[in-house]
Amino acid sequence: MSLQQAAGRVRSRSHAGYVAYLVHRLSGLALAVFLPFHFFVLGNALNGAAGLDDFLLWAANPWVKLGEWLLVSALALHMAGGIRVLAIEFLPWSERQKTYIMLCIAFAIAAGLLFLLAARHG
Amino acid sequence: MAEFLTVDIWRGGAEGQLQRFDVPRSDNQTVLDVVTHVQKVLEPSLAYRFACRVGMCGSCAMMVNGKARWTCRTHVKKVAADGRLTLEPLANLPRIRDLVADLAPFFDKWQAAGGQFKPQAELGDDFAIVPPSGAARRQADEAIECIGCAVCYASCDVVAGQPDYLGPAALNRAWTLMNDGRDGAQDERLKAVSGAGGCQNCHTQQGCRDACPKGLNPTRSIAGLKRMSLMALIEGRL
Amino acid sequence: MSGRGEMWLFLAQRASAVVMAPLVLIHLAVIIYAVRSGLSAEAIFARTRGSALWAGFYGLFVVAVSVHAALGCRAISAEWAGWRGNRVDGVWAAFGVLLLIAGLRAVAGVIW
Repeated sequence: MSLQQAAGRVRSRSHAGYVAYLVHRLSGLALAVFLPFHFFVLGNALNGAAGLDDFLLWAANPWVKLGEWLLVSALALHMAGGIRVLAIEFLPWSERQKTYIMLCIAFAIAAGLLFLLAARHG
Repeated sequence: MAEFLTVDIWRGGAEGQLQRFDVPRSDNQTVLDVVTHVQKVLEPSLAYRFACRVGMCGSCAMMVNGKARWTCRTHVKKVAADGRLTLEPLANLPRIRDLVADLAPFFDKWQAAGGQFKPQAELGDDFAIVPPSGAARRQADEAIECIGCAVCYASCDVVAGQPDYLGPAALNRAWTLMNDGRDGAQDERLKAVSGAGGCQNCHTQQGCRDACPKGLNPTRSIAGLKRMSLMALIEGRL
Repeated sequence: MSGRGEMWLFLAQRASAVVMAPLVLIHLAVIIYAVRSGLSAEAIFARTRGSALWAGFYGLFVVAVSVHAALGCRAISAEWAGWRGNRVDGVWAAFGVLLLIAGLRAVAGVIW
């Protein structure tokens, strides 16, 4: 693929609906990859509180917190984006599609900020 | 305004390369004017399609700087501010030669999506009356304006990733017939649009709507089919 | 997968999404609340141990997310990698079942 063709492919996908789709898909993928680990760690709580506390100590590391922030934001984004998709599919059409996409992003940013604030306090 | 445009045009079929042409600029020049100049003056063997030149037939659609457009209704000054044009045949379709794409898969999918009207009425029946104000008729008001140019099909990212996906135009056509009170193949058509390549594959990216030269909204039509198909599924009609 | 089967999967994907929307909202609130009050196994267990409400809440969540994640991965692998067919479907079904088992084990871990 030439540079011009590649630029063309980007251009033909540079509309809000495509970006919203891509963000929805990537956030969903990230959550699907994370879930088995999440379940594994919590499942180990069956063996008592000590194991979980060891994990939580490790998770207090700022890099892990950064990852958690990304996951919380991804979860909020995926939920809001999912409601947007359901609205397109099951409610009468609205001409305010871009507004809804912006609202989804705003919701995810707000959830992420609240998480960071809470983590700073905790 | 620069005196010449730098135009890269796809030459060949599935295998091929871009060939560069310098085309003189003129006032109110459309992309179709550019292609016509190349074919008439610079490269007589160039293959491309057009018919009406006024945005009625849809046959001159191709990729202009990566976006599917009707070349006859696309002014050069709107898409080539930097004086460069890259022209290729419509995406998501086999390439026959130069700027000509093979539209057979596109129209095959119209058939596969139940795009044919199947009358209910018998020969002696009275005329069917479809009031323009009827709810179903209004659902199809916009969608029936489609002229089948395949710009939406070439702009659909789901078609690109899932070659058996019926695509926006075929599903939009099916939606018009699902709202036609005279049609006698409703459940049959719902089966056709809810199979492996059916309406449920649409990710509501709205690339079709963005690209449609007539400003139609296939995403909305497809959403309607999704609702109808789910209802039919739950009611055991699929 | 038959045509009707595809539609059932579509219904399962959307229905699980509808179920999860309020659950995610509450889960986000719980995350922020829990992190703010300091994460420890003790604090988590104080909330969850022996609670039928949380067991039901997260039990439902795990069922819905197992369906939803497996179907989402199936769509991604079909469209982006071109992996389709019964064998691929089997792999994602197994992924869903594993998520379900691991998820229910996790719920059991914090409730019992």
